[in-house]
Amino acid sequence: MKLTKTLLATTALTVAAAGANAESHVEMADSMTIVSWGGAYQESQLKAYVEPYMEQNPGVSVTWDESSPEAVAKLRAMDEAGNITWDLVDVTAADAMRLCDEGLAMEVDHDEILAEAPDGTPATEDFGDMIVSDCFVPQIAYSITNAYRTDVDEWEGRTPEDICALFDTENFPGNRTLERRPINNMEWALMCDGVAFEDIYDVLETEEGQQQALDKLDTIKDQTIWWTSAAESIQTLADAEAVIGSSYNGRFFSAIVEQDQPLEMLWDAQVYDIDGWIIPEGLSDEKLARVEHFLKFATDTQRLADQAKYISYGPARASSVPLVSTHAELGIEMAPHMPTNPDNSDNAFVQNYEWWADYRDDIDAKFQAWLAR
Amino acid sequence: MSDATSNANTIDAPTPEKGIAAAEAKNNPVLAADGTPLKKSLRRALRAQKLRALMLIAPLLIFVLVTFIAPILDMLFRSIENQIVSDTLPRTTSQLSEWDPATDELPPEAVYEAFYYDLFAAVEARQHTRLGQRLNYENTGVSSLFRGSGRDLDDFREDQVEYIEDFSPEWEDAGYWLSLMSGEGGEDFLDTRRDAILALIRESKRSPLGDLWCATIATCATAPEDIDIGYTPSAEVIDLLPRTSEAYADFALITVLEEEDSIAEEEPWEAVYVALAQDLAETPESELAAFSGPQAQALVDLKAGLADVEAQSFRDLFAQSDDDWVTPSPWRTIQTYAPAYTTGYFLNAADMQKTPDGPEFRPENERIYGLLLQRTMFLSLTITFSCILLGYPIAYLLSNLPMRTANLLMILVLLPFWTSLLVRTSAWKVMLQQQGVINDVLVWLGLVGDGSRLVMINNQFGTIVAMTHILLPFMILPMYSVMSTIPPSYVRAAKSLGATNWTTFWRVYFPQSVPGIGAGSILVFILSIGYYITPEIVGGTTGTFISNRIAYHISSSLNWGLAAALGSILLVVVLALYWAYDRIVGIDNVKLGG
Amino acid sequence: MSDTVVITETKTLPYSFTLPVVGGAGAFFGLFVGTAQGSGLLGVVIGFVLCAALAWVALSLAGVKNEKGFKWGCIALFLVAGFLVGGAPGLVLGGLFGWFLGWFIYWIGRGRYRMFLPPYLTGGQVLWHYSFRVICGAIFVFLITPILVVMPLSFNAENFFTFTPEMLSFDPAGYSLRHYRDFFSSAEWQQALRNSLMIAPVATLLAVGFGTLAAIGLSQPHVPFRQAIMAILISPMIVPLIISAAGMYFFYSRIGLQGTYVGVVLAHAALGIPFVIITVTATLVGFDRSLTRAAANMGANPVTTFFRVQMPLILPGVISGGLFAFITSFDEVVVVLFVGSANQQTLPWQMFTGLREQISPTILAVATILVGISIVLLTTVELLRRRSERLRGLSPG
Repeated sequence: MKLTKTLLATTALTVAAAGANAESHVEMADSMTIVSWGGAYQESQLKAYVEPYMEQNPGVSVTWDESSPEAVAKLRAMDEAGNITWDLVDVTAADAMRLCDEGLAMEVDHDEILAEAPDGTPATEDFGDMIVSDCFVPQIAYSITNAYRTDVDEWEGRTPEDICALFDTENFPGNRTLERRPINNMEWALMCDGVAFEDIYDVLETEEGQQQALDKLDTIKDQTIWWTSAAESIQTLADAEAVIGSSYNGRFFSAIVEQDQPLEMLWDAQVYDIDGWIIPEGLSDEKLARVEHFLKFATDTQRLADQAKYISYGPARASSVPLVSTHAELGIEMAPHMPTNPDNSDNAFVQNYEWWADYRDDIDAKFQAWLAR
Repeated sequence: MSDATSNANTIDAPTPEKGIAAAEAKNNPVLAADGTPLKKSLRRALRAQKLRALMLIAPLLIFVLVTFIAPILDMLFRSIENQIVSDTLPRTTSQLSEWDPATDELPPEAVYEAFYYDLFAAVEARQHTRLGQRLNYENTGVSSLFRGSGRDLDDFREDQVEYIEDFSPEWEDAGYWLSLMSGEGGEDFLDTRRDAILALIRESKRSPLGDLWCATIATCATAPEDIDIGYTPSAEVIDLLPRTSEAYADFALITVLEEEDSIAEEEPWEAVYVALAQDLAETPESELAAFSGPQAQALVDLKAGLADVEAQSFRDLFAQSDDDWVTPSPWRTIQTYAPAYTTGYFLNAADMQKTPDGPEFRPENERIYGLLLQRTMFLSLTITFSCILLGYPIAYLLSNLPMRTANLLMILVLLPFWTSLLVRTSAWKVMLQQQGVINDVLVWLGLVGDGSRLVMINNQFGTIVAMTHILLPFMILPMYSVMSTIPPSYVRAAKSLGATNWTTFWRVYFPQSVPGIGAGSILVFILSIGYYITPEIVGGTTGTFISNRIAYHISSSLNWGLAAALGSILLVVVLALYWAYDRIVGIDNVKLGG
Repeated sequence: MSDTVVITETKTLPYSFTLPVVGGAGAFFGLFVGTAQGSGLLGVVIGFVLCAALAWVALSLAGVKNEKGFKWGCIALFLVAGFLVGGAPGLVLGGLFGWFLGWFIYWIGRGRYRMFLPPYLTGGQVLWHYSFRVICGAIFVFLITPILVVMPLSFNAENFFTFTPEMLSFDPAGYSLRHYRDFFSSAEWQQALRNSLMIAPVATLLAVGFGTLAAIGLSQPHVPFRQAIMAILISPMIVPLIISAAGMYFFYSRIGLQGTYVGVVLAHAALGIPFVIITVTATLVGFDRSLTRAAANMGANPVTTFFRVQMPLILPGVISGGLFAFITSFDEVVVVLFVGSANQQTLPWQMFTGLREQISPTILAVATILVGISIVLLTTVELLRRRSERLRGLSPG
């Protein structure tokens, strides 16, 4: 009896599976929840691909969730509940790797689900090194960098030339604003304490190296306002609460160019990072079909180039780079504002995700203990 | 507001109990109208009354228990829960329990072998990085150790795997494997493995309640314990090839339960081949030849062939993958955190850590929670004290003004109370920052030089000011409700007896208002201890509370166990205060201005 | 205060008292103007002399008959002086000071400050009486200032969160309604408003429904485990929000309520319950039980008794508890951030992300609107309270 049942069930399953394969056009869901970072960046995504997509596919509705900063935590909770309410999530490369490792993000075949470049180059080649994980569909390259106010009287006309101006309170007095986490700050501190670029992570791996970085940061601790969200840092600089500090280069662009704040970029030792999409594991077939349909459109060469009209982040596709044109409203050339522009990337630094994945908890505990003291 | 604060159970009036007592005392049963003894009748009435009261309360009580108390208890549970280690590495932890971590010797080969099979299943179920991260909280570097070796695992004993695959095409055929492993009598074996795999992929069996629910109300998917795996293990094969059977069962269960594929179509993963090679090497040829299945000869041939293929020990293989596996450190961590429940998170929350020699304090530069708890207490006390200082005059004024005026002024107290917390906090930011309203005014008045603007935000001062403002209504309201019950005649009597203003206030009025101060203080203290958004925005680094760390561990570092432990400690402090509050004023006497 | 009776006659006090007091006030303000202009000492002297002189003019030349005229003159004088010294902001401050001085001179000089106080109080007691009022006034200012700061900033024409120079000089170009327009035209804010309006009333209804029943149960004379039950029911107010939020986040995740409308509603209802319990039990303390007995005596069944007799009397408590519960849900951000998902973004959530992602005065415009709503609600509560006291036979005070 049991055997018959099993047989029947397997047959039914096989038939159903065969049917599903034959029927390649699965019904597509007509709504999507897209998770992103809010602010100017989300706006650029809306203008560059969501609105055009909705125009081409009327009847599709998009809900935005500005939860990317907590994406990993929330996806874990959703996974525990077995109830995934997100369809497409915008995360940084490091988070994507983490989500992929934990099986919370879906592994994708980049060549199959993404569009080719106009000249027929397959997606994997077009994106190249940007594909840092099997689950990750890269979108933009951005950087965390610094900017300073141009109207500080005490500086007597001196302008910061390199990253070490952050630590030079003699020539550049005033408050600093830095992110309230060890990543990037520790590296910058070591760079300005005479450690060579390539040795930074080796030094940071040791207790003494960590202490060295904290000691360097200690010299500016009293004058630093620590931010947790990028908007805070821009506001702090715009209010003249701080005179120099870090944030995302796109935020600085919008403050300097679009809102005319008296700020100037300090590209030295900018830290590159990549941002892109992941599809959560466990979507229904209809949802998945819709998301893949959208993703193919949203990451094609033209769309990624279009995004650069609204925000100064570099497109992740090589084939999009020549298509980057002018700002949508101001009409200025966007290329000089891109972090990848040769003039800006002389001394750029690449963050070691793998290393931070290991040392994050430990160094963070020390960093926060140092901050609290 | 002038309601009597007396409580319903203390009313001194005839009650059924007193009636019964009176009847007993007289020792002659009084009869009710229907002829039953009054005592019985009264008791029945009393029971009905109690029942009615409970019936009225029950819906809310159940509601609060389910929506609020259960979540809190669940969170408390997370602070000690640690099944992840033994669920992910069941064989390893049981093997490791015999190893003495105090020695500098490495664990025996059996541990490495068990670890290989455990880790392989965990990698396939994509659970190993989660465990790596869990252990990384305790031992930095374990995370990448797991991630890195997880990638290398496919290549362990590669030669053997390739040899078997090349030996004959059948060994690459899913159906051939299925028929080898299938048979009769292995149901219990499969169930045991199913339990282990369900624990690994963190699925739970359906409870009896769930069964009832699915049978009566909802249509549910098949419960994980009832899903058909597609084969019944053969008891004979289990005896003959124990490792292979286990590895194959793990493969089958994960393939069906997690990936939702069919084992009739999937080629087993490498660990099954490795297990087969190991089993064949250890099983005498005679036993293999006696196997009743049609594959007996194939097994004998394979054994003979494999004898020439070199197999490195698992320890060496792990050592090649990462040197750290041949140090005792990761094994000590796994062993220390093997039990299903741990005090590790609580120790961490107390700036301590587990070591093989028992709990120890963390190095000086990593201690933070003691400091934060101390700071939380200090700031909360300061805020409470400022609230008393500012709230007392207001409450006094309000309770001594005519009611209409008092109620109008009360709106001024309640208005900020009802204004969004976020808005009030950002308003304080606008007020206090160096280019903010207060500094601007001071500079404009010439009291402060433009170059030496006061730093009033991103420090403890900012937190104290903003939080005092936010919590002040919680101090004023209970004080006011107590003060408005103080009869003015006492003060007049004292004055007419010749007391000075100060004596009247200090000896007559103030003692009567103390319960109000107590109520307000405890309320403010409890609330301020748990604040998180305001300190986050105006507190900088020195003005943040322990709640900020809890929020950080929930949403950024994802160390939920530590967040739960910190939360539990905070909860215990608050509950102790709540108990004191109940003792001093009684919960019933909280008033909210209405 | 209009109905307060005058209990002490007023009379013109001697100059030896009036002039130094008014002069002192002038010196105090003069100090600030003086330091702002470079010389504090000069400001003190000028302030003292000017104000004392004005007091003399008022009391000897103008008298009570020309009080109005003098006051207007005073305002005009300081308007001009303020404008000359400090431009537009000076104009406003000067006007305010002129109005204050006009009133202050007569208040001091004619002894009006004793008007509503018993005649037997000593000078020290009168001084203390008014110092105390000034202290209380300062605390009220402390309570209200943040709201007063928010309101003008919401009309900021710039996209930043700070007072611009244009705003400070009262230049109309510095003000605009753009943030209000943003609020009413942005789909996100409107969606957030809709979500808030969908969540808060349902949560309130749940809290009020269960809460009222339980409060009635709790105020019965014989309730076993009363203290323990009360403690459990009040706990959502006592447990720190971050702990509640974390617990609900984990637990609701386990049972599939995280990120759902139902989850947020249940969480908010739980948070609102203590308020309902507290206000309703407080109303029931004053409730006269013989009324229900009388109703039962006259043949009403318990349901009729409840709705026709008990309910109308405790209704004010129920409504004010309901309002508290409503505002709790309407203003709650921590729990919804954890328990909710994109589809349940409420106004406070939107404000929170607004603050975090782009600090824009739109949230101040929203706050101003919300303050308006709060005032309406608070007035409702106050009116209801008065009605309740009338019904219960207490005098409205």
